[in-house]
Amino acid sequence: MSSALATRPPARAGSVVTEGLAVRALLIGIAVVFLALFLVLPLVTVFIQAFAKGWSAYLAAFTEADARSAIRLTLLTAAIAVPFNLVFGIMASWAVAKFEFRGKNLLVTLIDLPFSVSPVVSGLIYVLVFGAQGLLGPWLLAHDIQIIFAVPGIVLATIFVTFPFVARQLIPLMQEQGTAEEEAALTLGASGWHAFRTVTLPNIRWGLLYSVLLCNARAMGEFGAVSVVSGHIRGLTNTLPLHVEILYNEYNFVASFAVASLLAGLALVTLLVKSLLEWRFSAEIAAGARGH
Amino acid sequence: MAEPPLRPRRRFRQPSVIPGFGITFGYTLTCLGIIVLLPLAALVARASGLGLAGIWQVATDPRVASALRVSFGVSLLAALTASVFGFLIAWVLTRYRFPGRKLVDAVVDLPFALPTAVAGIALASLYAPNGLVGEQLAKLGIEAAYTPVGIYIAMVFIGLPFAVRTVQPLIEEIDKEIEEASATLGADRWHTLIKVVVPPLIPAVLTGFALAFARGVGEYGSIIFIAGNLPYVSEIAPLLIVIKLSEFDYGGACAIATIMLGISFVTLLAINLIQAWSRRRFGYV
Amino acid sequence: MSSTPEARRFSHRRRVLALCAGSVGLVTAGLASALLTSGAARAETELLNVSYDPTRELYKEINAAFIEEWKAKTGETVTVRAAHGGSGSQARTVIDGIPADVVTLGIPSDIDAISRLSKKIPADWRTKLPNEGLPYTSTVVFLVRKGNPKGVKDWGDLVKPDVKVITPNPKTSAGGRWNFLAAWGYAYEKEGKSADKANAFVGQLYKQVPVLDTGARGSTVTFAQRGLGDVLPTWENEAYLVFDEFGRDKFDVVVPPTSIYAEPPVALVDANVDKKGTRKQAEAYLQFLYTDTAQAIFAKHHYRPIKREAAKPEHLAQLPELKLFKIEDLQGNWDDIQKKNFDNGGLFDQLSKPPQ
Repeated sequence: MSSALATRPPARAGSVVTEGLAVRALLIGIAVVFLALFLVLPLVTVFIQAFAKGWSAYLAAFTEADARSAIRLTLLTAAIAVPFNLVFGIMASWAVAKFEFRGKNLLVTLIDLPFSVSPVVSGLIYVLVFGAQGLLGPWLLAHDIQIIFAVPGIVLATIFVTFPFVARQLIPLMQEQGTAEEEAALTLGASGWHAFRTVTLPNIRWGLLYSVLLCNARAMGEFGAVSVVSGHIRGLTNTLPLHVEILYNEYNFVASFAVASLLAGLALVTLLVKSLLEWRFSAEIAAGARGH
Repeated sequence: MAEPPLRPRRRFRQPSVIPGFGITFGYTLTCLGIIVLLPLAALVARASGLGLAGIWQVATDPRVASALRVSFGVSLLAALTASVFGFLIAWVLTRYRFPGRKLVDAVVDLPFALPTAVAGIALASLYAPNGLVGEQLAKLGIEAAYTPVGIYIAMVFIGLPFAVRTVQPLIEEIDKEIEEASATLGADRWHTLIKVVVPPLIPAVLTGFALAFARGVGEYGSIIFIAGNLPYVSEIAPLLIVIKLSEFDYGGACAIATIMLGISFVTLLAINLIQAWSRRRFGYV
Repeated sequence: MSSTPEARRFSHRRRVLALCAGSVGLVTAGLASALLTSGAARAETELLNVSYDPTRELYKEINAAFIEEWKAKTGETVTVRAAHGGSGSQARTVIDGIPADVVTLGIPSDIDAISRLSKKIPADWRTKLPNEGLPYTSTVVFLVRKGNPKGVKDWGDLVKPDVKVITPNPKTSAGGRWNFLAAWGYAYEKEGKSADKANAFVGQLYKQVPVLDTGARGSTVTFAQRGLGDVLPTWENEAYLVFDEFGRDKFDVVVPPTSIYAEPPVALVDANVDKKGTRKQAEAYLQFLYTDTAQAIFAKHHYRPIKREAAKPEHLAQLPELKLFKIEDLQGNWDDIQKKNFDNGGLFDQLSKPPQ
């Protein structure tokens, strides 16, 4: 059978494993129109509205003190949450991918859990632990420690919603690569740390970078969870997405979309870098992408 | 060179020369415990104060039941749409070569990266009766924004990348020789697709569907801007949690949250089962 | 490289431990610096005013005026921070421990709830400040599309068959509750003090609401920006703000012959100010709301000052005369009003039962 296939002219071989030109064009058309309508148009709208009154109105949105403090808080939050999840992701994927132990599926499901928990619930659970009426509330109050309605609460909620991002990307990547290379390195006398740095890390670095980018975009963009724990104190506990909502509710639509465009720009940069990585290291990323 | 078990707690894992299990496993569990499990336990504890009967009472309260129905029903429809179009997009992206394919491929991830609040206000201004798309739909007699249709649109937006990205790598890996064999044996293209190509992809499609569904059910940021938030019509469960909270009804909020949490957990478990089944049946996830 | 396995394990373990310690240290340092910066900010006196949705523009001006006055009087620099949102959810943040010094909410029952659930405010808070804790009052008027195409003149016109009404959810929004109570009070008086007929009227009204936003601001955006609905019953101040923000050429304000005497009260959060040591400044801030300076600012922003003589005549001229009724006179005390209408299973829940 394979020899019959081999003698088949290439053009004919192509046609049995694909659809006719008309069908192909139709399917491509549907895909492109669907994506344009559902995904691209909203993005374009953000930029159109942001520049509706020109450059100066656009830039004015960022000179306001509240906007600057929102940018600072968002950067601070991501600067704590992303490295935390990076280290956690590496640790968790090492434990899960390089060893066989009982209850592994449960562990992975639990790591995944924040991913499918409603953002509102993610915020609520921290209120229940750290709020004045919560589990640790009275103790925190007695020691004058403010967790929710302050930066620590926002950081915790952000860590929660981005918790699985790195681990979810790295686990399948590390599983795919197996343990043979590390074992070889160890047999040659390398320390575990050395084996990780010189053998494992080079294998996963692009997947790692990609997951950090997504983690960062989500950390900077989280709305629901942060909204529940923030308290909306202007200049103190408003992150960029909350600031978008505030400006929107002050009928300052241009400024609202301007700040939104900053976040959308971040999303675009994330996608751009991701596409560049994929173009350069396609095989490795594809292996990890299945973890989504 | 199996390492002798140093501590009794290591017995539950298979021996390995690779070091670092204790520390990475311990660290993972500690973080998981503090960040995820402890707060979730607080939620369940608070809700269990109501007792099972109490939670059931909250869940069957007509308004809560209707919000859960809206969240789950619309999310189901949206995940279905996302799966169908997601499959089509994944197919087009992997099988066909056309100008701008890379760009289209990059666009798929947009909802992953775009903050939900930004998506919400953008969708609301597009689909409102005086918005770009809403105006056209209004001419056709369709009200999109501020109806369940608005919720549906937001959920499709959120869910689409999951549907595409779970199927895409598997379509890439399909061995074309099988399709050729099927064609050689006389099957037409349609039969080849339905009988040969699609069946092994079903687990991935189901996984993508479940992920899109789970995200849609919980979605809040993008929906409140575009849904009408009318009780019994377009009020979603996460919004009802927020409403219960601003009524100071912590018990009710926790009960709804626990119900949603339980369903998330079951969905994730279902995904794991699908993948385990697929591993047995097809040898891969 | 030729170390023993034990030594290897040791060195490996040390490094991983260092990594763990490093990451934990990073998070701790981050959290600590966050705590410290909030502590440092607290070193210069900082007041937090937790307020409801439509007062954003108002308190921007009030806070600036207070800071200036306090500096002139005592030489101390204070910062006044503001948090805005739906009145109910703002009260919830105070109950859950936001360090608010004062609350300025949309409806008395929300401050009652803080008092009841957290004990941070004494139950008799309405006796602590002049005029039952009301430095200003307001009412509900109608915003309609230019030229009033549906001819809305009074509350009764809201239930005309082709009229769509935009109003926020009374569960989450104080403005939504005032709208609800105003409509109820109108029908109650009109129908010869029949509570049943008043209930039916309000029920019909909410059947004509296509969008129920969570806050007054959301409703305004839905009406003004998204073009939904024919009439927006809203805070008087909010209606005039729309004029300023969206232009007078698109909308008209319709003042109904009767409406409700809306009471957005203020109170000191005793437990918090004692803890933070800001009692002196917080009390001065609340007293400041009763000064001529603040009263003039209220009038400027279309709130009804309690000292009319302090306001500029041109601002007073914009606050039309109409017959205002107090809901307490019709329904009793606030505990009852809240319970009967808005609590779980109350009138609003009964009215929004699904059409069978």
